[in-house]
Amino acid sequence: MTTQTHPVPRSIASRLPLNWLGVAPFVIFITLFLFLPTMHIVVGAFRNPAGEFTLANIQGLNTPSIISAYWISIKISLASALLGCLIGFGVAAAVTLGGLPRWIRSPLLTFSGVASNFAGVPLAFAFLATLGPIGLVTVFLRTEIGIDLRALGFNLLSFWGLTITYLFFQIPLMILIITPALDGLKREWREAASILGASGFQYWRMVALPILFPSLLGTLALLFANSFGAVATAIALTGSSLNIVPILLFAQIRGDVLGDPHLGYALAFGMIVVTGIANTIYIWLRARSERWLK
Amino acid sequence: MRRLWPWLALAVGLIYFILPLLGMTEFSLKMRRGVYSFDAYAKVLADPRFQETFTFSVVMALATILFGVLLVVPTAYWVRLKLPRLRPYIEFVTLLPLVIPAIVIVFGYIRLYNTSSWLPLTGSAMGTNILLIFGYATLSLPYMYRAVDTGLRTIDVATLTEAAQSLGAGWVTILARVILPNVLVAVLSGAFVTFAIVLGEFTMAALLNRPAFGPYMQLLGANRAYEPAALAVIAFAITWGCMALIQIVSRFAPKAPVNPH
Repeated sequence: MTTQTHPVPRSIASRLPLNWLGVAPFVIFITLFLFLPTMHIVVGAFRNPAGEFTLANIQGLNTPSIISAYWISIKISLASALLGCLIGFGVAAAVTLGGLPRWIRSPLLTFSGVASNFAGVPLAFAFLATLGPIGLVTVFLRTEIGIDLRALGFNLLSFWGLTITYLFFQIPLMILIITPALDGLKREWREAASILGASGFQYWRMVALPILFPSLLGTLALLFANSFGAVATAIALTGSSLNIVPILLFAQIRGDVLGDPHLGYALAFGMIVVTGIANTIYIWLRARSERWLK
Repeated sequence: MRRLWPWLALAVGLIYFILPLLGMTEFSLKMRRGVYSFDAYAKVLADPRFQETFTFSVVMALATILFGVLLVVPTAYWVRLKLPRLRPYIEFVTLLPLVIPAIVIVFGYIRLYNTSSWLPLTGSAMGTNILLIFGYATLSLPYMYRAVDTGLRTIDVATLTEAAQSLGAGWVTILARVILPNVLVAVLSGAFVTFAIVLGEFTMAALLNRPAFGPYMQLLGANRAYEPAALAVIAFAITWGCMALIQIVSRFAPKAPVNPH
């Protein structure tokens, strides 16, 4: 058996810029298919068709219909993120700390993995079949109990309808992210608190929640961005009847409903700004929270 | 009281999650008046458009997985071995597809790679398919990279590489016959998530005008009553299958080294 010898010692080879060649395919791919397309949108938002710098596209967003689209998108995303955080936290806390039997934990996490990936078109179908005009729950409530959801003003194609639907992937995502953080709460902290005379409520208010606070807020930001960019569920659920930003942008790209491609750039740029802010908060707070949860 | 609230939280959660699943299943069985039947499924499965789009999306998913593995495994390996300082930056970049909405990315593709550009990918069906694969690879990057990187953490990359090198292996051999088999479980879990994402993806395929499963589902939803529910059940079963496969393969994962330092 012959062994191949390398004439160049590794210490010298590792100093050569050749090392960087190893990540070149990745860098090229990311540049071509993530950075450049995004930059193209951002730059396009500040350019007129002749290629000159302008703020007219951004100002073009200032119409009642577009403002209200952003507003309702932000409201839906915020509501589904807040509720998702709250309920997901409740369920995760019940399983990790609340004394539920251990065997529930593994199926719950598996199911969360499935449900957080069960978004898009099929999710909309599931909710139409449940809470739609002839859905399972709607019909059951009307014929068996006598509650007419429609008469009460409930409509699946509305703010609350969309929020309830989005919760189906928001809650599991929260459970998946927050369970490790809850596991990071050390038993000793609770014992130390109770030795010092703290009640359960005081332990949560003064020890556990301050520790968890960054990861809670951070996850909130991630969930917000998650539902703000959701296109497929909204379109499959509402057609194009609900005026929210992703649907507006989709229609704009498809058929230039707004009549001006550069306004499309501005719309997309606005989406990047909103999700970008949410995720900057997330990344910053996560870096802070990880210092605690070693 | 203290014993009650965890159960209550769990019960509310269960009801919320089971009702839609129950709703879609029940609805999908109601096509024939008065009795439960599998008519909606039979109709969907017999639809040639279903077969075409489903096959298209499966092929796309497999191509995306292949491309993703070829892109991510060497990169993650190389970064761990030679450029550990770069790791936080690469990790940050791989998380960006969670920040930038897919609809924005594909909007950029359409404008950047149209027929009058330097890389006219949208000019032909094949080119658009390739662009779609790249788009899917971008969407699945956060999951793929994380999975592979976690897998690499459990093995001693430097020692394995040096051992292979001293036996005369080149880089391709090291990657294909030493590193890849060791992180296969991680690669597979990344692959199954990718499969689930690609199969149901709607936005990119619809805006690039490709005959994929996601747009087909949306079209059927706009025109039919019972078939969409059947499709939703099928899609849920596929997602569940992918996640179950992840659980199964991860049983074979190598355990993290006992002594971490």
